[in-house]
Amino acid sequence: MTFYAFMGALEQGFAYGFLVLGVYLTFRVLDFPDLTVDGSLPLGAAVSAVAISSGVDPWVSLLLALGAGFLAGMVTGILNTKFGILHLLASILTMIALYSINLRVMGAPNVTLLGKPTVLDPLLNAGLGPFVAAPLLFGVLSCLGLLGLLWLLHTAYGLAIQATGANRQMITSQGVNTDRVIILTVGLSNGLAALSGALLCQSQGAADVNMGIGTIVAGLASVIVGETLFGCRSVGRALLAALLGSAVYRLAIALALSLKLGSFSFTPSDLNLLTALLVVGALVLPQVRRKVLKR
Amino acid sequence: MKRLLVVVFLLLSVPAAARSYTVSFNQIVEHPALDALRQGIKDELKAEGFQVSYHDHIAQGSIATANLIARQMLGEQPDVVVGIATPTAQACAQVIRTIPIVFAAVTDPVGAGLVTSLEKPGGHITGTTDMSPVGRQIELIQSFLPGVKTLGVIYNSGEANSVTIVKALKEEAAERGLKVEEATVSNSAGVTQAAKSLVGRADAVYIPTDNTVVSAFEAIVKVGQQNRLPIFAADTDSVKRGAIAALAVDYYQMGRQTGEMVGRVLKGADPATMPVETLREFKIHLNPASAEKMGLKISDAQLKNADKIVE
Repeated sequence: MTFYAFMGALEQGFAYGFLVLGVYLTFRVLDFPDLTVDGSLPLGAAVSAVAISSGVDPWVSLLLALGAGFLAGMVTGILNTKFGILHLLASILTMIALYSINLRVMGAPNVTLLGKPTVLDPLLNAGLGPFVAAPLLFGVLSCLGLLGLLWLLHTAYGLAIQATGANRQMITSQGVNTDRVIILTVGLSNGLAALSGALLCQSQGAADVNMGIGTIVAGLASVIVGETLFGCRSVGRALLAALLGSAVYRLAIALALSLKLGSFSFTPSDLNLLTALLVVGALVLPQVRRKVLKR
Repeated sequence: MKRLLVVVFLLLSVPAAARSYTVSFNQIVEHPALDALRQGIKDELKAEGFQVSYHDHIAQGSIATANLIARQMLGEQPDVVVGIATPTAQACAQVIRTIPIVFAAVTDPVGAGLVTSLEKPGGHITGTTDMSPVGRQIELIQSFLPGVKTLGVIYNSGEANSVTIVKALKEEAAERGLKVEEATVSNSAGVTQAAKSLVGRADAVYIPTDNTVVSAFEAIVKVGQQNRLPIFAADTDSVKRGAIAALAVDYYQMGRQTGEMVGRVLKGADPATMPVETLREFKIHLNPASAEKMGLKISDAQLKNADKIVE
């Protein structure tokens, strides 16, 4: 793997960092498998790209994306809690609705950002190459996101989120409105996914309505690979593991793409299989380790 | 001594000028048309006598992977980068600033932000566009169906290329006094439904070069045959699959033309001053058996006019 491929993988890993933190929040903390992210990630990209195209500051566009994703996630949460639709189905419904909404927001399937201002400009103007600037900025941003989430999860409200995921009946009897917790948390998770989308479109030069395909798979794979490799004993450790898992996941793809064994080489058509194998490996490894240790 | 001279002579006779080049491809999906295009580029460069080694990358439909590939290409340091289809060309353009980029199969290069204008691209990027000759395609349909009033079109509103083509279709149709009825889909599972929705609303159906719709072309043909609704395509492969006729880009030829441009760049031409090229010739493919099933009689003149007749 070349330096560029390595830094490119890091850049993508950290750009997807917010998404992975969001997926961790719903999937692991809240125990709510949420497929909305396949729609809210491109929603964030769409909002950010359209905002920048119409002259909004790139940083402000990130906030707009966050807000839009938050609303989208709240819809899933409301469908689930107020209308009693199964979480998986509720999130699928929001996801497919978002496809149409994203097309409306962009007015076209693809909005270009080539030559437009982005959050990377100050670093690039300071003389950093794009291969240093993007991973650096996205790395710092996603670490800030991690710290923010860590703080939130240790507030009383954050404890309510954790308790809602762990034992809903118990926490309801403690007087916590679990419906509201679910709606706001799924909202936050999708806000983070949208933020990832906004960063991605700024780093890749365009927002495309199809860029969300497979987002949830990448998110889950990152969380699971991270847990296996870096452990999840405390919330802080688990969040860090998820973020690092995102980088490892992208590095694994980059590595697979550049791997050559004699005349055999992987092509991107093998990527889905490799992803599945990677996740299965990450899931099975701890069990194997346990069995070996028992002996 | 004599032997030594022979050896020296043999060494010198190896053409010293045969510099070898590297070209890297970033292609969005594996797809017969796009694969033919890539092959066309390679064949043209070979025919022109270039010694080229290739890096073929296919993003398998994922834009994230296309971006990863663009970064990987920088490590390969090729002499020319070729981006096949809009999202891959954009991914290359965003990351690769110092290596010339030649794109292909991009319908609207200006709208995609790749070039500032078709005549003067301006940057380090140029290429070929596969914009359909929509006006001539409408005229082809009219030559089969002189009384056509309303033209149906099925497309995926999520594909940038199709949206551009349908916009052009509406303009060209209006100029010829025709109405356009749209049916949009978001995945290939919806194609049958969309085709059925046009029965009674349209006199003929035009299928643009839309990946989603073309992948389910048989479903449209079935609806067309059941309801005697003539179906026309904008790519030649679909004629084999049951469209009555198509006047279209031959993607292999487009590859040859793109390869010519790549060759010029390898020789040192500046992409900034190389206009984006449209294909010079289009081919008419015709399927008489399918036409009969959809209620159309084909005249001898039309048979003669076709470049290829599908049995």
